[in-house]
Amino acid sequence: MSFAWAKQYEPQTALTKWLDEKLPLPRLVYNAVGAGYPVPRNLNYMWNFGVLAGFFLVVQIVTGVVLAMHYAANGLVAFATVEHIMRDVNYGWMLRYAHANGASFFFIVIYMHIFRGFFYSSYKAPREMIWLLGVVIFLLMMATAFMGYVLPWGQMSFWGAQVITGLFGAIPLIGEPIQVWILGGYAPDNAALNRFFSLHFLLPFVIAGVVILHIWALHIPGSSNPTGVEVKQESDTVPFHPYYTAKDGFGLGVVLILFTSLVFFAPNVLGHPDNYIEANPLSTPAHIVPEWYFWPFYAILRAFTGDLTIPFTGITLIPAKLLGVIAMFGSILLWFILPWLDKSPVRSGHYRPLFRKFFWFGLIPAMAVLFYCGGAPAEQPYVLISQIATAYYFLHFLVILPIISQIEVPKPLPFSITEAVLGKDKAAEAPRAGSVGGGDTGTAPEGSLQPAE
Amino acid sequence: MATDTAATTEVSAAEEGVRRRDWIHIAALGTAGVGGASVLIPLISQMAPSQDVLAASTTDVDVSAIAEGQAIKAVFRKQPLFVRRLTKAEIDEANKVDVGSLRDPQTLAERTKEGHPDLLVTMGVCTHLGCVPLGAAEGESRGDFGGYFCPCHGSHYDTAARIRKGPAPKNLMVPDYEFTSDTVIRVG
Repeated sequence: MSFAWAKQYEPQTALTKWLDEKLPLPRLVYNAVGAGYPVPRNLNYMWNFGVLAGFFLVVQIVTGVVLAMHYAANGLVAFATVEHIMRDVNYGWMLRYAHANGASFFFIVIYMHIFRGFFYSSYKAPREMIWLLGVVIFLLMMATAFMGYVLPWGQMSFWGAQVITGLFGAIPLIGEPIQVWILGGYAPDNAALNRFFSLHFLLPFVIAGVVILHIWALHIPGSSNPTGVEVKQESDTVPFHPYYTAKDGFGLGVVLILFTSLVFFAPNVLGHPDNYIEANPLSTPAHIVPEWYFWPFYAILRAFTGDLTIPFTGITLIPAKLLGVIAMFGSILLWFILPWLDKSPVRSGHYRPLFRKFFWFGLIPAMAVLFYCGGAPAEQPYVLISQIATAYYFLHFLVILPIISQIEVPKPLPFSITEAVLGKDKAAEAPRAGSVGGGDTGTAPEGSLQPAE
Repeated sequence: MATDTAATTEVSAAEEGVRRRDWIHIAALGTAGVGGASVLIPLISQMAPSQDVLAASTTDVDVSAIAEGQAIKAVFRKQPLFVRRLTKAEIDEANKVDVGSLRDPQTLAERTKEGHPDLLVTMGVCTHLGCVPLGAAEGESRGDFGGYFCPCHGSHYDTAARIRKGPAPKNLMVPDYEFTSDTVIRVG
């Protein structure tokens, strides 16, 4: 639908012709993920993760709906019904382990997807809306995952609910009433468990809705690609089907091998043993941490240990608790303005030498450190290390990226995707590509030619 | 890529249109198909009775205290189970009936265990639409044929709990059971 040369759906049989007139669903699919969607020919494996994220959303909804047939959101029996699923329900163990590890894999692929966006600047015009919707999906995922983790009603569930709703208690003046309102009580109990179950069931369908918007917005400019050079001509693209259905299918196979390995051979490595102890409001486990996918943000929360005060006056402007909460939410909300922080006209990190250095030696190590510290106990030296990494994280987005985009001299871009793919070795074939695109292929310097992978 | 495909096609065109790539297509789609279909096994199977439900699928009933002409209600798989000690008159009445004239032809002997012709064990579930018939408890209507009577849609069962009148298609079901001793039966 986005390019003039996109193949048009042509119904072949009487039935599909009739259907196409009344409800052109096959046409929609054809144009969205079929031969009717022209995609840059040079996508690397980092472009697999969108489809994989969609796949894991489906896994979570299917296994989740099934688990809800056996689970009861009642503080008295919730923990027992989870054990009932594990021991009595046919294949219940498999379904629950697939759901729990499916959440982890959903986050793995979504983090790859997001960092693909960071490196290749997928957030830049004309794709800002895709990025913004993606951040919304990520926030919804975090809320859904948190509430899902409360449902087994183990110790980690309970204290996770206590701590995360406590974040809202940091809001000045209205914080504590809001926390009590969210929980429907003074501590997590039946009321909180029931509403979390209801919302945990609802939100995935909201996510699915935003995913549809995300894909709709994607299909207007079309997919980005590793060169960051926009599609110019038909030879820059291949039809989504069969080229990327096959490539995504292969990627899916690899990820499914990893996923099933975890589900069948190490289903609990990403979980916490404490969550197999039933919730006890009178005893907090010695070391409570969220699930691994929240660790970087948890580290940012804990990095703020001192109040923000006016020096020498003793007046506290913002208490440490609120600072941590602001920083944690801010670290993600920041992504909403990312398209306007990074003003460099060059998209791909391949052609941005300075940006690339700060990406690989700044942002990635900072995230890795935050990830590690978020799972570590709240003691030195982890607190200091997370403070340094947190500082870098915010500096990277708010200061370094805008400055880089001003001072950086990007490497020359290839004229087109076709040129980037075929390279100078195929220069003899240039007339073939040029005949489609208008014959101006090869104007870019030879040195800029770089294979996409 | 396009040229590779063309070359492959030309080479194998001699083999009656079979291409080497067909093998990959069949193998990949076959594997995906089998894999996708096998995912249905847990998804469908999870709705079948779980292990704790199956574990409750046998029930022991002590029948020694049931007096002649009396019936008790027990529970088997969360459904009512009627155990009745028939009187001599009831047995005679049941045996008098011409089996061929019944909607669901069965003799009383076929519905009881050998050596215990007076002990009638049936499910208390009307074979019409699943209501619990009356007649097992003291003082309840036992219908026109002196057995059980289902008030929902008016099915009458005789002393051998066979359907005689009304919409029900079958006799009250006799579950699988055995005598574990002279006085105790194990149903299921």
